[in-house]
Amino acid sequence: MYPVVEKKVLSENVKLLKIKAPLVAKKALPGQFIILRIDEKGERIPLTIADSDRKEGTITIIFLEVGKTTKQLGTLIVGDSLENFAGPLGLPSEVKKYGTVVCIGGGVGIAPLYPIVKALKEAGNRVISILGAKTADLLLLEEEIHAFSDEFYIATDDGSKGHKGFVSDVLQQVVNKHKIDMVMAIGPIIMMKVVSNLTKKYNIKTLVSLNPIMVDGTGMCGGCRVSVDGKTKFACVDGPEFDGHKVDYDNLMLRNRRFVHAEGEACKLVGAS
Amino acid sequence: MSVRKTKHEMPEQSPTERTKNFKEVPYGYSKEIAIEEAKRCLQCKNKPCMKGCPVEIDIPGFINCIAQGDFEKAAEVIKAKNNLPAISGRVCPYESQCEGECTLKKIGEPVAIGRLERFIADYEREHGKKPPKKPQSTGRNIAVVGSGPAGLTCAGDLARMGHSVTIYEALHDPGGVLMYGIPEFRLPKAIVKSEVEYVKSLGVEINYDVVVGKTVTVHELIEEYDAVFIGTGAGLPNWLNIPGENLDGIYSANEFLTRVNMMKAYRFPEYDTPVKIGKIVVTFGAGNVAMDCARTALRLGAEKSYILYRRTEAEMPARAEEIEHAKQEGVIFKLLTAPIRFIGDEKGILNEVEYLKMQLGEPDESGRRRPVPIPDSEEKLAIDTALVAIGQSPNPLIPQTMKDLNIGKHGNIITDDDGRTSVPGIFAGGDIASGAATVILAMGAGKRAARAIDAYLKNKT
Repeated sequence: MYPVVEKKVLSENVKLLKIKAPLVAKKALPGQFIILRIDEKGERIPLTIADSDRKEGTITIIFLEVGKTTKQLGTLIVGDSLENFAGPLGLPSEVKKYGTVVCIGGGVGIAPLYPIVKALKEAGNRVISILGAKTADLLLLEEEIHAFSDEFYIATDDGSKGHKGFVSDVLQQVVNKHKIDMVMAIGPIIMMKVVSNLTKKYNIKTLVSLNPIMVDGTGMCGGCRVSVDGKTKFACVDGPEFDGHKVDYDNLMLRNRRFVHAEGEACKLVGAS
Repeated sequence: MSVRKTKHEMPEQSPTERTKNFKEVPYGYSKEIAIEEAKRCLQCKNKPCMKGCPVEIDIPGFINCIAQGDFEKAAEVIKAKNNLPAISGRVCPYESQCEGECTLKKIGEPVAIGRLERFIADYEREHGKKPPKKPQSTGRNIAVVGSGPAGLTCAGDLARMGHSVTIYEALHDPGGVLMYGIPEFRLPKAIVKSEVEYVKSLGVEINYDVVVGKTVTVHELIEEYDAVFIGTGAGLPNWLNIPGENLDGIYSANEFLTRVNMMKAYRFPEYDTPVKIGKIVVTFGAGNVAMDCARTALRLGAEKSYILYRRTEAEMPARAEEIEHAKQEGVIFKLLTAPIRFIGDEKGILNEVEYLKMQLGEPDESGRRRPVPIPDSEEKLAIDTALVAIGQSPNPLIPQTMKDLNIGKHGNIITDDDGRTSVPGIFAGGDIASGAATVILAMGAGKRAARAIDAYLKNKT
């Protein structure tokens, strides 16, 4: 059992849980993910690691309540436990000195971006961060990421904070001003697609972190397969980060909708909307 | 007295009844039938049946006990060699192993050795398993990676030799393929759990949620333990590698079966994991896993369940019983057909498969006649769901993280016959070493490796 040792409500539908999992914390590196199962009837869901603390033996996860499992996860309080918590899974981010890097986080994708921003800064990069959300209330980890950034921008769809519009608009301005050596983007699939299309024009190396549907997370089921450069890759063992210019985003969007109907049914039964 | 030429039938659920539930198909022998069947055994002095048994069970010995009505003694004889008889008694390909060597085949059908093994295992479970004798501790510790058939067997045998054994399992349940792969109607999960409990009663400890290669490495384990056994199986699904394979509606057999068996999607929404199955389901492949997929699809409500296979029935790798059960249940076999592409609708949802007709040519390296396409024979079939069951490759997680381990060209860990790898103290067995094979071969490999580990520890100062 893996106890919840801290909980924060970051916005109406976004929650933070710090989970005691010493073996996972000992090995966790930026870019990796975990698979959890709440109870014995639960499903296994992957979540990218938002932070880890080796001394405390904890892993922090931040999630948007979208389906039955994440909604149930959001009801847990300090003292509750998770039945299963396995990781760290996937390959870690390639952290090295690139030069000037742009780190882009959209929505709940800002959470897994945080350890990568920290690591890239510590590796000696000049870090430009761009965070995006629908509205200012939904922005996560603003101060934390700002603290590790040389330049820091915000974009909101409604203009309630920072630039009114998309992270890609801000990225365009940044690209116009600076020579960029690498772009890291984590967020909604459509955001990663738009960012990748933009950077492709300038031939800027771009990494994206994918979060497809998974079951085991160890390379066994192939449910998380994505098409990268025309080849089938498993996000769980070959990723979750891939060359953003080579990912087939349309297929990924399609595959992530595979169980939308069942998800609705499961939510209805527990009275979650 | 003349010997009955045929096996006693094992009563089972009727095909129309069983395709509506996930309960086990055969009911097993009654005591009376088991004794009658055991009496068919000729008790051959040279014991030919034993030559066909990868786990070396004294087959005539336990059958003789049954014939005399001493079921407890029969269980002891089996357990002396095999810690998991309720499993092997259900999933072994007897016809090509023990029963294949039976002298009675000269006049008719062999003794139903598999059914008798199953009978004894079930009798023992229902009447309370005898707690095993605890051997004196050797003070040696061994880590076993994976709790599938190879790992469980190796762990159980090592524990019986007095070693302290800890299993590391990546998933949340024990059993590996026994739990995620083989369906409830063929191997009830309660039976797997009961067999695992027996292995635990020998003193074996199981740690879940530990993905070796990620959470801990084999190198870290070998510093903490006197030896390590790797039994991580053939978890990596093979694909057809034809256009359209990533459309919505196409599952690997592993994903489909894991959702249904381990995650219990057939009880959704009581259990949270969903599975989506259409009206017309096509399974590609003709091994045991393919039969499991096609039969599971029927139980989930598919109106038509096809098996598409590029050779003929004679070349099918599945056990005879599985093919027979699939046919009885109404699985439609489209033989000598090879898929060439999947076609989706405008939303990317699978709705057709295109295939070529084949004919058999010269034998290939496997000795089976090679299927050759018939030119211009393309046909299409309207389908909703496709299940790809054309085999698995060894799981890459450990080979990827151990540069010093000799790895074969198929990603398998190279070992000698007794499971020794290129690194002293590290042993491997089952599908991770052999490539995808059967439960019983993995159990045999676990058994041989346990002996090799014991010998290694005796020589290690």
